[in-house]
Formats: sequence, structure tokens, C-alpha cells
Amino acid sequence: MSEGVTNVTQDSWDAEVLQSPDLILVDFWAAWCGPCKMVAPMVEELAREYEGKARFVKLNTDENPDLASRYKIRGIPTLMFFKKGEIVEQIVGVVPKAQLKAKIDSLLG
Amino acid sequence: MLFDTVIIGGGPAGLTAGLYTSRARLKTLLIERGLPGGQVMTTELVENYPGFEEGIMGPELSAKMEKQARKFGLEIVQDSVREISLDGKTKKIILEEGRQYEAKSVILCTGAHPRLLGVKGEAELRGKGVSYCATCDGAFFKGQKIAVVGGGNSAVEEALFLTKFAKEVHVIHRRDQLRADRIVQERAFANERIKFIWDSVVEEIRGDEEVTSLLIKNRKTQQESVLDVQGIFIYVGYIPNTEFLSGFITLDEEGYIVTDHNMATSVPGVFAAGDVRANSVKQISVAVGSGTTAAISAAKYIEENFQERLK
Repeated sequence: MSEGVTNVTQDSWDAEVLQSPDLILVDFWAAWCGPCKMVAPMVEELAREYEGKARFVKLNTDENPDLASRYKIRGIPTLMFFKKGEIVEQIVGVVPKAQLKAKIDSLLG
Repeated sequence: MLFDTVIIGGGPAGLTAGLYTSRARLKTLLIERGLPGGQVMTTELVENYPGFEEGIMGPELSAKMEKQARKFGLEIVQDSVREISLDGKTKKIILEEGRQYEAKSVILCTGAHPRLLGVKGEAELRGKGVSYCATCDGAFFKGQKIAVVGGGNSAVEEALFLTKFAKEVHVIHRRDQLRADRIVQERAFANERIKFIWDSVVEEIRGDEEVTSLLIKNRKTQQESVLDVQGIFIYVGYIPNTEFLSGFITLDEEGYIVTDHNMATSVPGVFAAGDVRANSVKQISVAVGSGTTAAISAAKYIEENFQERLK
């Protein structure tokens, strides 16, 4: 399992996210978004804490506009959780790390 | 671990307080739950902070303030406060992830967060057309029709910013004139993409998967109308981040921290600065000024109440 938060793109999306057997958290972000910079280090920490249990990737909405519009992203940061290719949860905006952990724990069940 | 000063909140007020206490050789820790910079981080261009005649990008100004404070020894930890005890001579702070600190003085610079409109559809469509951050989300509305709610500087400046993307920006304001600075108003009135809807409030945000329209009511005529938009950006004021302080410190009726002219709060050794202060003008330059005063007051308090220095 790869370490840290991998960057996914249009090309790697299907293989990395949709076909993955693990719980996946996708951080939709862009360079101009201040709050995204608050979420990013939190996601990095979570990636370390949940290594082997869940995977964490990020998607730049500016460089991958087709995916952003396919998932109807209208606000960032958006954290989207995928399980077996399906969206199981979605969080918009900055939330405390404890709340994210609770969400991940419940999804890992 | 004992510090001379613990600062809670890393916006302009907290970073300036940290700069001054660090230069006073007080051992200082700043606790920030996100990234240092506060609301400036989500401001595109800052044009009214002296010293930057061409203006400066919000995130860049934040980074500069942080670097400057760190240069003089400010320590910054990223976490939020779980528990705080302010009444003893030594203040105690416990963070969410368990770290515990003690401090001779505390400076509260926790700022404020955007107020919600409180209408149907707002929570449900957040991130689906409802936004509180134009710099973050403006680019998702290229060529579309959107609305901005509010009449202050934030609302009108963001409406101007949004004209870079949207083809039409409707500013909905509850009064018949704006509160924004005159120069900002002039720019907005001159911009062909901005239209104003006066004396009106949003009653409902409509849409299933995404925002499709707003139900608007004119406060004078009571007439209701529907405005088709794909996005709504809300700038209707702020709520102070003081939930964790209620009962420990004197707050005004809106929850802002009451201070005297030295930025002292109702609790000895506890000071406040920035937007979280009652009756403060919400500007970076004011936050920086009150951060300075709070730091100098904290230094004076420590000198008068404690014998030994920490480093």
C-alpha cells in the first residue's frame, strides 16, 4: 500500500478510486482555496494513522475539471468517501479532525 | 509544559501578539486549529493593509506574518482546544489530541466564522451551490448566474471578484444602500455584470441536487419572487468563536469577548485581540493593532505577577 496521500487524475481515477477494494477518501482541492490548505495536513495525518485500513488521495479540481463536474463539485474543500466505486459519504468545508476520524471509523465498521 | 504566554488562534491578531511576546523574550505558544492566517487565508487580494501599495494576496500576507513571528521564536501547534481553565494563576489548556499546556497568561484571538442565513435549503445544498468562500468556489460558476447576499465590504468585494467567472451576479441586500467602503461601492455600481436587489431577503434556497433558484421577499412591499441562479454566496456577518469560553469569561450578548482598552478580559492574565473582541472593527489593521496591545499588556502582567522568567 502506498504511503501518504497520492495525487489522482482523470487518467488514474478509475483504477485508483473506483476499482479499489479499500475505503477511499478523496480530497478535492485547488491551489487558490485557503481552507483546502487547512484540510490537506489533516488528511496527511489521517493517511498515516489509517495506513493499511483506508486509502487517502487528492484530486486537483483545476487540473481535472471533468471529474469535478462529473461529481458535481461546487465547493471545495470537499471530502468524498468511496467504497467499491460508490460514494458513501461527502463532507464540504473544514471540519475538525475528530469528526473525520469518527466518520472513517463508522465507515470501516 | 509551562509557557509565559499561550495564544489561541493564528489569524493576524494572534500572529502579531506572538511576534511581540516572542520579541519580548516571553516563551510563547500559539495554538491554531487550521493553518495560520485566519480569515485572511480566504481573502483573494488585500488592498487596505498599509505597506503593500499594489495590494497583497491574502495567503501571501498570512505566510509573511507567520514567518516573521516564527523568526523571533514563536512556536505554533496545530490542534483545537478541548478544555481550558483560566481562573487560577496558572492557566491550563488541553488540546483535542491530548497535549496539555500551562501558561502564565493567555491571549484569545479565536476570531469569528461566517453567519448562516438560516433558511431552508442552506445546509442541504452546501457545496452544491451554497458557498461562504468566493475565492474557493468562484471558479465552479463560469458563465453562470449567481447571487451574493449581504451589503458589507465582504459581500460587495466578493461580488466583484465573482464577476471574473459568473456572467451575472445579483447582490441581494436587506437595505436600500450598501455598507461597503465607498470605493468598493463605486466599482460595484460601475460593473455591468453586477445587479442589485434592494430591500430584500432570501427566504428559501431551492434545488434538488444543486441550487436552481432562490425565493426572495421584498421587505417593503412583502412581494415574493423567484430568482433563477446556480449559486449563492452568503456574507451576512459573523459569529465569534467563543463557545468554549462561555461561563469562564465575560462575553457580550452576541458572544464577543468584552475587553478594556488594554485588551484585558474579565479574568486576570487573560487578554483578547482581533475580531473576537466586542465592538471591534473587523479589519486586518485593527486585529494587528489589538494583537500588539494585548501582547504588551500580557508582558506587563507577567512582569508584575511572576518572579522568575522562563528562558
